[in-house]
Amino acid sequence: MDIDVKKVAMLSRIRLTEEEAAELGPQLSSIIGYVEQLSKIDTDGVAPTAHPHDAAMPLRANVVTNTNRRDELQACAPKTESGLYVVPKVIE
Amino acid sequence: MPFSSLSDIQDRLNSGQTTAVEVAQLYLDRIAAFNDTLNAFVHIDPTHVLAQAEASDAYRAKHEARPLEGLPIAVKDIFCTQDGPTQCCSNILKDFHAPYDAQVITRLKEAGAVLVGKTNMDEFAMGSSNETSAFGACRNPWDTERIPGGSSGGSAAAVAAALTPAALGTDTGGSIRQPAAVTGITGLKPTYGRVSRRGIIAFASSLDQAGPMTRTVRDTAMITAAISGHDSRDATSVADAPEVDWLAACDAQDMKGLKIGRPKEYFVDGMDAEVRASVETALKKCEELGAEIIDISLPHTEAAVAAYYVIAPSEASANLSRYDSVRFGHRCENPEDLLDMYTRSRDEGFGSEVKRRILTGAFALSSGYYDAYYLKAQQVRTLIQQDFIQAFEEVDVIATPTSPIPAFKLGEKTDDPLTMYLSDIFTIAVNLAGLPGLSQPCGFASNLPVGLQWIGPAWREDIVLSAAAAYEGATDWSNKAPATFGGES
Amino acid sequence: MSWEVVIGLEVHCQLNTDTKAFCGCSTQFGAEPNTQTCPVCLGMPGQLPVLNTVAVDKTILTGLAINAHINLESKFDRKNYFYPDLPKGYQISQFAVPIVEGGYIDIPTKDGGEKRLGVTRIHMEEDAGKSMHEGLDAVSHIDLNRSGVPLMEIVSEPDMRSADEAIAYLKQLHQLIRFLGVSGADMEKGQFRCDANISVRRPGEPFGTRTEMKNMNSFRFIKQAIEFEVLRQIEIIEDGGEVVQESRLWDSVKSESRSMRSKEEAHDYRYFPEPDLPPLRVSQQEVDAIRAGMPELPGQLRKRFETEYGLSSYDADVLTQTLEVAAWYESLVAAHPADPKRCANWMANELLGRLNEAGKDLSESPVSAARLAELLDRIGDNSVSGKAAKDVLDAMMESDDSADAIIEAKGLKQVSDSGAIDAIIKEVMDANPAQVEGYRGGKDKLMGFFVGQVMKASRGTANPGMVNQRLKELLKG
Repeated sequence: MDIDVKKVAMLSRIRLTEEEAAELGPQLSSIIGYVEQLSKIDTDGVAPTAHPHDAAMPLRANVVTNTNRRDELQACAPKTESGLYVVPKVIE
Repeated sequence: MPFSSLSDIQDRLNSGQTTAVEVAQLYLDRIAAFNDTLNAFVHIDPTHVLAQAEASDAYRAKHEARPLEGLPIAVKDIFCTQDGPTQCCSNILKDFHAPYDAQVITRLKEAGAVLVGKTNMDEFAMGSSNETSAFGACRNPWDTERIPGGSSGGSAAAVAAALTPAALGTDTGGSIRQPAAVTGITGLKPTYGRVSRRGIIAFASSLDQAGPMTRTVRDTAMITAAISGHDSRDATSVADAPEVDWLAACDAQDMKGLKIGRPKEYFVDGMDAEVRASVETALKKCEELGAEIIDISLPHTEAAVAAYYVIAPSEASANLSRYDSVRFGHRCENPEDLLDMYTRSRDEGFGSEVKRRILTGAFALSSGYYDAYYLKAQQVRTLIQQDFIQAFEEVDVIATPTSPIPAFKLGEKTDDPLTMYLSDIFTIAVNLAGLPGLSQPCGFASNLPVGLQWIGPAWREDIVLSAAAAYEGATDWSNKAPATFGGES
Repeated sequence: MSWEVVIGLEVHCQLNTDTKAFCGCSTQFGAEPNTQTCPVCLGMPGQLPVLNTVAVDKTILTGLAINAHINLESKFDRKNYFYPDLPKGYQISQFAVPIVEGGYIDIPTKDGGEKRLGVTRIHMEEDAGKSMHEGLDAVSHIDLNRSGVPLMEIVSEPDMRSADEAIAYLKQLHQLIRFLGVSGADMEKGQFRCDANISVRRPGEPFGTRTEMKNMNSFRFIKQAIEFEVLRQIEIIEDGGEVVQESRLWDSVKSESRSMRSKEEAHDYRYFPEPDLPPLRVSQQEVDAIRAGMPELPGQLRKRFETEYGLSSYDADVLTQTLEVAAWYESLVAAHPADPKRCANWMANELLGRLNEAGKDLSESPVSAARLAELLDRIGDNSVSGKAAKDVLDAMMESDDSADAIIEAKGLKQVSDSGAIDAIIKEVMDANPAQVEGYRGGKDKLMGFFVGQVMKASRGTANPGMVNQRLKELLKG
C-alpha cells in the first residue's frame, strides 16, 4: 500500500524533509502491510473492544477543587505575557 | 548486600543492622561507579536521595515503619515527579518539570520509599530496546554490547546491575516484562485498572499499566501492594477491583494441582532454541512441583501484534498531540508562523520512532481507513480477549516464554522497525486483554538471561504471584547476577 | 423557477455547572486569564479527565425537554485537530453514540399552526479556550479559562426552510434552555453559539451542496448571515457555478461572509473512542428522577396561564418569555389574587413597557410585585382610576413611596361619593345649557362630551363608572 506520508505528517503537524519522507514512506508501508493480515480474520458480528474491562465511567462531583496556580503552571511554558500564552498569530 | 532483595533490606532496616541513609549511600556509590557504563539513570540527585533517606530514618525513629520504609526505588522517566525533571527521554520534554507527582509516586512516598532517580527508557516508551531514548542507549549488564530490552530498559538494567534494589516501569506491550526477561530480573504488569495511570505520561491509554521491576517475586508483591488501588481521578482505575492479599499470595508456594496452560502459539519455529529449551525445562520443573501442564491454544496470538500496531500508535498519535509547544515543551527558534511552530517544534522534539508511530496512528485513524484498520483491530482485540477467557475456563494460569529471543546487540534491529516490533510477540496479547503478566528468570541462552512469563485471569495476580514464587523457591535463577557488576552468575 | 432554502443548525450551549467538564476548575465568567486552569484542562502530561456528574444530568434534562431518546449507554470520542486554544490537540466529544438522540421542537407558523423541527442529537463535549488577536501584531494570546467548560452540542435536522424558521427554532430552544436552567445561554458571553448549515435546491430535488456559516453571535446576525448566504448560493448557481462545501465566517461589521482559510487536510478529525473514559452509563431510574424534577416548560406554562388566569394568548406569551418574568407574574397574582387579568395587563403593558424604556431588566425593577399589587388593590377598590394609576406608577418608578402615599400626595384619590359627583355634574350642566338641551332633544352622542367635561373638572379623580351612571340620571331632567 502506498501511503501519502506528507498528508499524514501534515495531519500530525510534523515537518518532514524530503529524505525523511523518502525513508518513512516505505517503513510505514511495511508496517501497514503487516497489519493488513487483520483483514483475513473473520470478525463478522464481533463487537469492538475499546477498553479492556466492561466497566462504567465513574463521575466527579460538581465541586470546585482547584485554585489559581497560574504562575506555577506557566513556569514550563515556552512563552507567556501577562498570564497569557503567546503563539505566532492565529489566522482564521 | 547490593544484590539483596528489597525484603532482605527491609529485614536489616527493621532489625537496626543498617539505616536508610547507609542503604541509599550504597546504591548512590554504585550508580556513581557504574552508570557511565550502563546509562541506566538519566537523572540522579544524590543530595535529595540522602535527604529522603534521612527523613525516613527519622520517621522510623518515631513511628512504626511504613510498608516500604527507607527502601530505595528508582522510577522510569515516564512518571511525573515534582522533584527533578520528567522528560520521558524525549527532546520535546527537555528540562520539563512536572508541577505534580504521579499517583503511584505519591503512594510510594506515602509508603516511605526513597526515590532514587529517573531511569532511561525508549522515548515515550516506544521501543523494545531502549535505543530510541533521546539520552542515548542503555546497556545490558550481562553484556554491555547488548540492549537491556525496552521500553523500561533503564529500570531493568539498574535492578539487574544492583544500582537500585527495585524500580518502577510501565508496560504497554511488554515494556516491563521483556526488559525484565532479557536482564534476568522479575517484573509484573498488573491487571489494567489495578494501578492509577494519573501522572504517568501516556503512550497508549487503553494498554498502559505501571508495575514493579525487582530481584524477587516477593519484592514485586511488596511494591504492587503499595502502588495499586483505586484513584478517583483516573476513570480507568477500577473502583471495585477484587482485592489481592499480595504478600500472602507469595507465601502460598504450593504448585500441587495447579493447572498451567501451555499455549502452542508461544512455542514456535523461529524462536531461539535455547530460550525454548529453558522455558520447557521450567515447565517440567513445575510439573515436578505438582502442577499439571495442559496444552492450550490462543489462536489470535500473531494477530495480536498486528492489532497492537494499529491500536497503540492510534492512541499515541492523539496522546502526543499535546506536545505542541504552546503550554510546555520544546518550541523551535523563531517560528515563522503558527504552522511552522507546530511542525518544526515537533520535528525537532520527537525522535524517528516516535514520529513513525504518530504517523502510523494518524494514518490508521484517517478518513477512509478507520474501518479497515482501527475498527478491525478493535474487533480482533475482542477475539484475543475471548481466547484468554476460553483458556482460563480450562487452566488456572498460562506459562510462556516472555521474549522469543534473548537480548540482541545494540543497533542490530534499528534499521528494521517491523522486526523490532515482532520481538514483542509474546507480551502484547496480555496488554490487549488487560491481564496480569509476570516475567521471571528461568535460565540462560548464550549466557544471556531468559524470561518465563506467567499470565493470569483479570484481577488474579495472586495466582500469578504464587506460581512464580513457587518456581522461584525451587530454582536458583533469581539469585544470578552479572559478574561484571559484582554479582554471582 | 423558485428556490427552496434548506437549513440545519448546530447550537453549542455552555452548561452552567460550577466546574469544568473534566476537572475541578471553576467556570466563573470573566476571571483573569488562565487563573481557572489546572494540569487537566491544560492538557499536561499524564493528566486524565473525569466527567462532571451535573453536566450529564443537565444534558439529559435538555434531552427530555425536547422529547428525545436518552441513550442509557453513551460513549466519548476524541476529535483530533491542532489549534492553540485546544490544549490536548483533541477535543473530548461524543461522536458515535451521543447521550441524546431524536427529539423535536415545535415552532409557531404564520397561519397560527405549528411546525415540528427535528433534533438529530445532543452530545456532550468540552469547550476550547480563547485566542485573542486584537491589537496584536504578529502574535496571538491564549486564555484557557474556557478550556474544558462543558458544552452541549444540539444538532437539528435540516428541517428549516427559511431564515425566519431558523430564528424561531433558535428562540424556542434558547427559551427552553433558560427555563431548564441548564445554561446562562447569554449569547454575548458565547454561552449559546450557533453554526448554520445552509443549502438551496429546486423544490423536490435532492439537497444542494451546503456551506457552514460560523461566528454569528446574535439572532439578528444569524438572520442576516443566512439571508446573505442564500442569495450568494443562488447567485452562484444561477451564474452557472457550483457551491463549494466550506466553512464561512460571518463578518457582522461588513455584513458579509468570507471563506475560512481552508485547512490543508480539509478536516480529517480522526475520531476514535476516548480510551481515558469508559462508557457513560445511566440507569432508567436516574433518567426518571431527572424527568420528575423537570420544571414547567414554556408551552405548558403558557397554557396554564391561559386557563388558570384567563389570559389572552398574547399576554400569556409575553408573561412566559422567561422563567423570571413568569415567576414575577405569579408572585404579583399571589399578592393581588382578585384579578389576574388586571395583573397581566399592568405587568405586560405598563411595568415591562416602562422598564424597557428605561433600559432596565425585570430584576432591576424599582417596583416590586408587592408594591405593584398595592396599586392594583387601589384600582380594584375604586380608590384610584386606571388613568390616574398610570401617573401613580410613573411616580413609583422614581421613588420608594407607597402607592397610597403617592395617591394622597398627588390628590389622585378617586371620587366615588355620589353627592360630590352630582355637584360637579350640576356645575357642568349649568355651564353648558345648549348641550343639555341638545342631549335632551335626542343627541345621545353628547354623553361623551359631558363625561369628558366632568372628568376634567374633577382633574381625573371622579370614578368614571359613577360619572356615567349619574350623568344619565341627571341629564334626563
